Amino acid sequence: MKILARTVAATRRYGPVIALDGVSLDVPAGQLLGLLGPNGAGKTTLLQLLAGLRRPTSGTVELFGGDPRDASHRRRLGCTPQETGLPATLRVHEIVEFVAGHFDDPVPTAELLEQFGLTGLGRRQSGGLSGGQKRRLAVAVAFVGRPDLVLLDEPTTGLDVEARHALWAAVRSYHQGGGTVVLTSHYLEEVEALAERVVVIDQGRVRADGTLAEVRSLVPARRVRLCAPDLPALAGVERIGREGDLYELWTADSDALVRELVATGIPFRDLEVATTSLEEAFLALTSPSDPAMAPTGEVAGVMAR
Amino acid sequence: MSTPTNVRLTGLHTRYQFTETVRIPIAVIGTTLFPSLSLLFFVVPQPFAQDPGAATAATAQLAVFAVMSVCLFTYGVGVAEDRALPWDGYTRTLPVGPLPRLTGRLLNGLAFAVLGLVPLVLISWLLTEATLPPSRLALTAGALIAAGVPLFALGISIGYSLSTKAALAVAQSLLLPLAFGGGLFMPPETFPAWLDAISTWLPTRAGRDLVVAATTGADLPGTALLMLGGWTVLTGSLAVWAYRRDEGRRYQ
Repeated sequence: MKILARTVAATRRYGPVIALDGVSLDVPAGQLLGLLGPNGAGKTTLLQLLAGLRRPTSGTVELFGGDPRDASHRRRLGCTPQETGLPATLRVHEIVEFVAGHFDDPVPTAELLEQFGLTGLGRRQSGGLSGGQKRRLAVAVAFVGRPDLVLLDEPTTGLDVEARHALWAAVRSYHQGGGTVVLTSHYLEEVEALAERVVVIDQGRVRADGTLAEVRSLVPARRVRLCAPDLPALAGVERIGREGDLYELWTADSDALVRELVATGIPFRDLEVATTSLEEAFLALTSPSDPAMAPTGEVAGVMAR
Repeated sequence: MSTPTNVRLTGLHTRYQFTETVRIPIAVIGTTLFPSLSLLFFVVPQPFAQDPGAATAATAQLAVFAVMSVCLFTYGVGVAEDRALPWDGYTRTLPVGPLPRLTGRLLNGLAFAVLGLVPLVLISWLLTEATLPPSRLALTAGALIAAGVPLFALGISIGYSLSTKAALAVAQSLLLPLAFGGGLFMPPETFPAWLDAISTWLPTRAGRDLVVAATTGADLPGTALLMLGGWTVLTGSLAVWAYRRDEGRRYQ
C-alpha cells in the first residue's frame, strides 16, 4: 500500500512541555483516519507536523515522500484553517480563488461553493458570513486543489446537525473518489460515522490504533448502570466504577449479569443497560478525570503500538 | 494549466495582500500621512523652506522617514499581526515557498511607501523652494531603496520574532530615536559633536546622507555606504533567522 504521509518516532517539545512523544504513524492512500484525543493530547501538533507548519524536535516527518516544509511536497495536500480564521475583508470568491491559484487544476469556484452549500455567497465578505458558513468555507478550501490527502482539524466544530451531516457527505464522497483523509474531532460520533481507522492519542502518545471495531472492542460491549448498596463480586464484570451508590459495570454479556444481579436479591434500582460506544473506549483509553473510573492497565496496552 | 510558477504566485500574493490592506484604508493613511504633515508644519513655515538646498534636504530626510515608518509598521507590526491569525498558518500549508510571500510583502510595502511619498513631494514642490532636476530622479529612487533595505529587514525581523503587542512597542520605541538620531527631523549639521558621533553609526543617518547626496549633490560621507552595507548584512541575517525559526504564533 502506498504511504502518503508518515511520522517516525516524531517528538515535539514546546519548551518543557512534550506535545508529541515518539509518535510513529503511517497514512496509507485511500484511508479515512480519525484522530481522537482529549484537548492538548497532541492531535493538532501532529497535523501541524504533517502539514509542514512545525518541525519535529526529533524524529522524521514525511509527506508524499519528502519533507513537508518543502512547498513542492504540499502540492497534493489540502488543509483547513483552524477556528474560523478567514481574512474578514476578502470576499468568498476571492478567498477560494486565492487558494485555487496555488494549484494546477483547481475545482471551479462555483462548483466548490455549490458542493459546500455556499452558492450565492461568492460576493460576500467573509466577515459577514454566519459562523456555520465560515466553517464550511474553511473546510471547502481544503478541497480546491483536488488534493490526494486532506487534513481536517475539527472540521465541524460549531456547526448545527444538518450542516454537519452535509459536511460528512462531502467528506465521504471525496473519500469514495479515492481521497485520503486525516481528521480530528471532538465529536466521537463524527469519527464513528466517518472513520475506518481510529488512532487514539493522549499525552502525546498513541494509545490505540486500529479499525473502529477493534478500538471499540477494547472495552467490554455493554455498560450496566444501577444504584445499589454494596455489591458483591459478580461473574463476567470486567471493569467496575462506583460513585456513592451509583455503579457502572462493564461486561461482555449484560443479560447474564442482570440475571445474576436479580438472583442475589440485592435491592437495586434505576437499572440501565447500554451498548458501549467509541466514547467509552475513548474514555477508557485516555487519562481519566476520576480515578475511580480508571481502566486497568492491560486494556490500554492491548492495541497501543 | 501548468504548475503555478513563482512569478505567478508572487503576483497572486501581492494582489491579495494589497486588496486586504486597502480594504482597511485607515491603516495605510496613518503611516503615509505623518511625513507629509511633518513637512507641512515643521518645514514649510520655516525661513529655510525658501532656500533650495535646505528645503530639498529636509524633504529628502522626511522621505527616508516615510520609508522607515512603512518598514517598521507595515512589516514589523503588520507581519506580527498576520502571524497571530490562523489564516497565516493556513497559507503556510499551501504549496508556496517563502519567496513569493515575501516578495509580495516587499512590493506592497513599496507601493505604500510610494503612496506616502506622493503627498510629501507635492507639498515640497508647491510650498517650498525644494528642487529635484529630472537627471537626479533615478538616483534618488535608487538611494531611497538602498536606504530602505536595512529598514525593511529590520521590520521583517521584528514581525517574525515578536508578538503583535511587543512588535508595536518595539517599532514605536525605535521609530523616534532612529528618526531624530539619524537626522531625519533636524539636519545633523545642528547636532552637538557627541550626538553626531552616535548618529554616524545609525542606519537612518547613513540612509539620510545617501538620499540627501542623491537629491542635492552634497558630499557623501565615506562612512555612509559602509554603515549602510553593514546594517544591511546585520538586519538581513536577523530577518532570515527570524523567518526560518517562525512557526506561527503559539499561545502558552
